[in-house]
Amino acid sequence: MSGLLKNTIRFIFFILVQAYVLDKVPPLHEYVKPILYFLFILWLPFGISRSLLMIIAFAFGLCMDYFTGTPGLHSIPCILIAYVRPFLLNILLPQETTELSYSEPSSKSLGAAPYSIYVIILTFLHHACLVLVEWLQFGDFIFFIGKVAASTAVSLLLIFITEMLFTRKGKYRTNAAI
Amino acid sequence: MRNIFLFIRRFFHLLLFLALEGLAIYTISKYNKTHQAFFASVSNEVTGSISEKYNRVEYYFRLKKTNEQLANENANLRRMLGSSFEGPDTAKATVIDSLAKDTLGVRKFNFLVAKVVNNSVSQENNYITVHRGAKQGVKVDMGVIGPDGIVGKVIFVSDNYSRIMSILNRKSRVSAMLQKGLYTGDLEWDGKDPDYFTLSKIPKSAKVQKGDTVLTSNVSEKLSFPPGVMVGRVAEISTDPSSNFYTLRVKSATNFYTLQYVYLADNLLWEEQSLLEAKTPKD
Repeated sequence: MSGLLKNTIRFIFFILVQAYVLDKVPPLHEYVKPILYFLFILWLPFGISRSLLMIIAFAFGLCMDYFTGTPGLHSIPCILIAYVRPFLLNILLPQETTELSYSEPSSKSLGAAPYSIYVIILTFLHHACLVLVEWLQFGDFIFFIGKVAASTAVSLLLIFITEMLFTRKGKYRTNAAI
Repeated sequence: MRNIFLFIRRFFHLLLFLALEGLAIYTISKYNKTHQAFFASVSNEVTGSISEKYNRVEYYFRLKKTNEQLANENANLRRMLGSSFEGPDTAKATVIDSLAKDTLGVRKFNFLVAKVVNNSVSQENNYITVHRGAKQGVKVDMGVIGPDGIVGKVIFVSDNYSRIMSILNRKSRVSAMLQKGLYTGDLEWDGKDPDYFTLSKIPKSAKVQKGDTVLTSNVSEKLSFPPGVMVGRVAEISTDPSSNFYTLRVKSATNFYTLQYVYLADNLLWEEQSLLEAKTPKD
């Protein structure tokens, strides 16, 4: 399957799962909101240029927004993590190989520990930004801290389960790398 | 000039990042004020039709509950019928009714039924989509009621779908009153439990008890709710010693989890009322 087709399917799949499965879950608590859709941005291939990455993230966030009925709310954190992602990958990518041989970030291509750091940082950043935007409209500081912490924990659990369920084959980007 | 281009090229990613963020922030701030977003009507049609496909499945599993709700509502309406009441006849003489006009009055509210296709309860700001739009007579600011009580108000319409701001929304504010004593207050949602609202600004002179009925009030500024629609029952009374008002926790009459059909209240006299109110001298 070509990269473009795969990512288009993921685009649609993540939005539908978030809008029609996770958002339909009866609320356990005010703070606990299962959010998974942004994993799409974390899974985008290495090869995408930085400007395209941000534009994709903006479009993705806006699509999500139209389903929840709050245009702008999800696009702000999505653009932020798309902007931070290349910096983070630069630090975390193994330095000894001059050419990367995998197409997208995964525990195989980065290594388990760097990949979990990558996921944790971006998840936290996404939730902090999302809740901050909500917090500016209402709420207090406890709400901010509590919601960021609780939602990050739930999201990390969901990402862990997703990674277990859908094992992505660590595809080589080019044949020449072998 | 050359330096500007060099600057733009050097900081292109940062500038793009800031531009996109600016666009997103502009969208959300504009939306919060006026509920108008770009592509609003197009996106409403698209998400509405996807939601409708999802709802076809979901609706099947809730048929039993929906049926029960509608049957209960019918029973309630039947109880209000004139034929359900009987008293001794007090008429003394035969009076010939010579009035040309209907003495019952002029119709003020017309109700349009609509199918809910998308509904959320878990967000901070919840919205509902219904499959009825401008072509089928829906207008912005119509009040929305469900089989058991109030639901929200219409915030924008596209050709075939409309978006409703649910009462379960931080931005929603509705005028409601206690059935006993007709004290009016503000009904809001605190974002915690979808089953409870907050009714504030009820003066302490009101004799409130747990279980008292809360209805929509006779005065609703722009929201055209019919007066006397069920809102809920008082569940908890808290007094603030520093002010002269009660803050009441109200158990919602509407079950937002199982909402399948709603009625949009069309206030037919609203235009006349608003024209008259606009004439009031402002000095």
